[in-house]
Amino acid sequence: MVGAPLLTVSVSPHVKSGESVEKIMWTVVACLLPPLILSIFIFGIQTLIITAISVASCVAAEALSQRLLHRPITIKDGSAAITGLLLAYVIPPGVPYWIPILGAVMAIYVAKHLLGGIGFNIFNPALIGRAFLMATFPVAMTSAWLPPIRDAAVFKYMGSGIDAVSTATPLYVLKHYGASALMEKFGSMSTIYGDFFVGWRPGCIGETSALLLLIGGLFLMYKRYITWHIPVSVIVSVAFFTWVFGGERLFMGNPLLAILSGGVFLGAFFMATDYVTSPSQVPAKLIFGAGIGALTVLIRLKGGYPEGVCYAILLMNPLVPALEGWFRPKRFAPQKGA
Amino acid sequence: MTKASPSNYTKTGPISYIPNETSAQVRQRNMNESLLTFPKGGVHPPEAKELTEHSAVESLPIPEEVEILLNQHFGAPCNPLVNKKDLVVEGDVIGNVEKGLGAAIHASVTGTVKAIGVSAHPIAVKAPSVTIQTDPSAEPRAWPASDWKALSRDELLGRVKNAGIVGIGGAGFPTHIKLSPPSNAKVDTLILNGAECEPYLTTDHRLMLEHPEKVIEGASILLSILGIKECRIGIEANKPDAIDAMKTACNKASSNGFKVTVSPLKVKYPQGSEKQLIQSITGRRVPGFGLPFDVGVIVQNVGTAKAIYDAVVLQKPLYEKIVTVSGRGIARTANLLVRIGTRISDIVSFLGGTTSGLAKVVLGGPMMGFAISTLDIPVTKTTSGILFLTEGEIDARPYSQCIRCGWCLEACPMGLLPNEIGVYVEAGRAGDTSPFGVFECFECGCCAFACPAKRPLVQFIRLAKMKAKK
Repeated sequence: MVGAPLLTVSVSPHVKSGESVEKIMWTVVACLLPPLILSIFIFGIQTLIITAISVASCVAAEALSQRLLHRPITIKDGSAAITGLLLAYVIPPGVPYWIPILGAVMAIYVAKHLLGGIGFNIFNPALIGRAFLMATFPVAMTSAWLPPIRDAAVFKYMGSGIDAVSTATPLYVLKHYGASALMEKFGSMSTIYGDFFVGWRPGCIGETSALLLLIGGLFLMYKRYITWHIPVSVIVSVAFFTWVFGGERLFMGNPLLAILSGGVFLGAFFMATDYVTSPSQVPAKLIFGAGIGALTVLIRLKGGYPEGVCYAILLMNPLVPALEGWFRPKRFAPQKGA
Repeated sequence: MTKASPSNYTKTGPISYIPNETSAQVRQRNMNESLLTFPKGGVHPPEAKELTEHSAVESLPIPEEVEILLNQHFGAPCNPLVNKKDLVVEGDVIGNVEKGLGAAIHASVTGTVKAIGVSAHPIAVKAPSVTIQTDPSAEPRAWPASDWKALSRDELLGRVKNAGIVGIGGAGFPTHIKLSPPSNAKVDTLILNGAECEPYLTTDHRLMLEHPEKVIEGASILLSILGIKECRIGIEANKPDAIDAMKTACNKASSNGFKVTVSPLKVKYPQGSEKQLIQSITGRRVPGFGLPFDVGVIVQNVGTAKAIYDAVVLQKPLYEKIVTVSGRGIARTANLLVRIGTRISDIVSFLGGTTSGLAKVVLGGPMMGFAISTLDIPVTKTTSGILFLTEGEIDARPYSQCIRCGWCLEACPMGLLPNEIGVYVEAGRAGDTSPFGVFECFECGCCAFACPAKRPLVQFIRLAKMKAKK
């Protein structure tokens, strides 16, 4: 046929869903932005600077790693941007600006690309970045906590000596001085619940607002990008084990305080649900989430650190291949011997 | 493209087919129907049936010549029974199999055999064929109806066999063989497949709407051959007018002691896959490597039932076919009744040519059909659709690494692990994929449809099937 068009020939199916990796990743980025904006009003404008440095470092590290390893450059897919956001969200708001750069190199080059790139990393890259920073710069990473700003003075901590104002996180106070000291510092229990739920408490940049993280997580569920199983099992497990073991006697712990402090909501909705490092089948998801919760409480109560979400997720990550092997979809009609 | 979600079924609005019925009433009635479905997996691709669902079937003028492929379907290729320059009349046998699986092939036009040669084939690339030059002055052959009720089972089967009927819905398995299950199989239910779950296709829809009584009579013939009483007709709920037409025809048909009922099905791909359809309607699960008669069921497409009506009542062989010609890459979309052997290029000319955005031509539905590279391919007995897809309708984005989202696991109706198969194939370990169920895969395409990384999972699985050890 003269002038016949050149036809594409490929294997079926010829139509595909409108979803794409880019769409998923950038949606997650969008869901992570409200806590960042709020953090500017809680800890000051330097949270935005630290986050911007972290995201830029992660994207640059991704491009350089892929160049170095002769792989296609995929910075547009948004996954490095997510790692950058998450890395910034789990470091304190008063750290020096070079801290996220080192974390980004560790997260993207070592934890992601040296293990095979997207889809093949065993551990959550952002959390590896944080764990590396915790191990190498413990002072900066455990003392740069800032007291929340109450009067929207977002430039308050810019340029001033952060050491002069640094404070302690609620979990640190609780661990070392007990519940009465916590109330002395942060007000009555009802004030604490309210402040902590909205985000006005010392903590890492993006972890303090349970409310905004919850809204972002619910949106991801509405989009069916994540399911409820992992977040709910993490949060329920933290609450349960704290209630049982977290008090002076058994069943005397405060579960609500436990889930509203530290990085429980950030970890439950945005880190434990990372596709690559979490299981896909429902029973495996519930076990994975429950394990994270149990390990978090174990570290909080018996470990050297006041907070344990990061290490709990990192400890559960390498179990994912085994969980995937143990819990597989039910076959419609398995052939004999399979 | 929109995200597939349950609310998508009615994105074109419910179709009213009872005069003065409001759309709210239609929706209410649809909700009152209890919709059957299968439990595991499935996806909701954009249906795109609005392009042709209201187009009545029209007959394509008989082309100047037809190229009839001698291997049209599952089974051995036919040997030609005619020679060059022979005169043939429409309905004459021109090819048959000597032994083994297969079905007879008939002349679809009256005319002269022009060549016995080789033609382009949608799957095998090249295949033997008979080209017939049409005699434009020939009168259409008449096929008078006769009563079949007195015929024996063997006589009925003989008429089905002589008419060269194959399963019209899919692979084209010879129907007379499917209707002769082993004597130890206890078949109790005939299922007519009117699900038509592939997007775009509307041939079964139009057939059920325009000739419901013939489909029902075909079902009666099938029940007589099988010696059973119960027939259930599965139709997806996005064809409410066809459901109603078939229900009315069921009620009108003289019962003969048969119980023929319509089962409305939830709109979910692949509802029309044999195993899924059996599970939706009867709750029975065909075992691995098993066949429907292992669970007492025989499935036939509604189009096959109509072909059986033609074969038994009119003694007319299968030499024409309703084909949906659709997609945004063709000037006019239509449901056409075409002679077997009509070249796609003739159909394109009749419909006013292709449009500038055309990117892909697919034989069959967009989920399981075959992309073709030339329009010289002739229509076969199993061609249900010819889709002219534009760039906006296909998704040609390059694929990327698996992100292990697990969406393919959720989409797979067979409970397989397409993600693992893909990763293994890419790593050069296609031979180690049988634990993930490659041989249970029937290539419905749900996994690749759902994959956000656009991975060609069906292609990976086909490669794995070639290399893996059973």
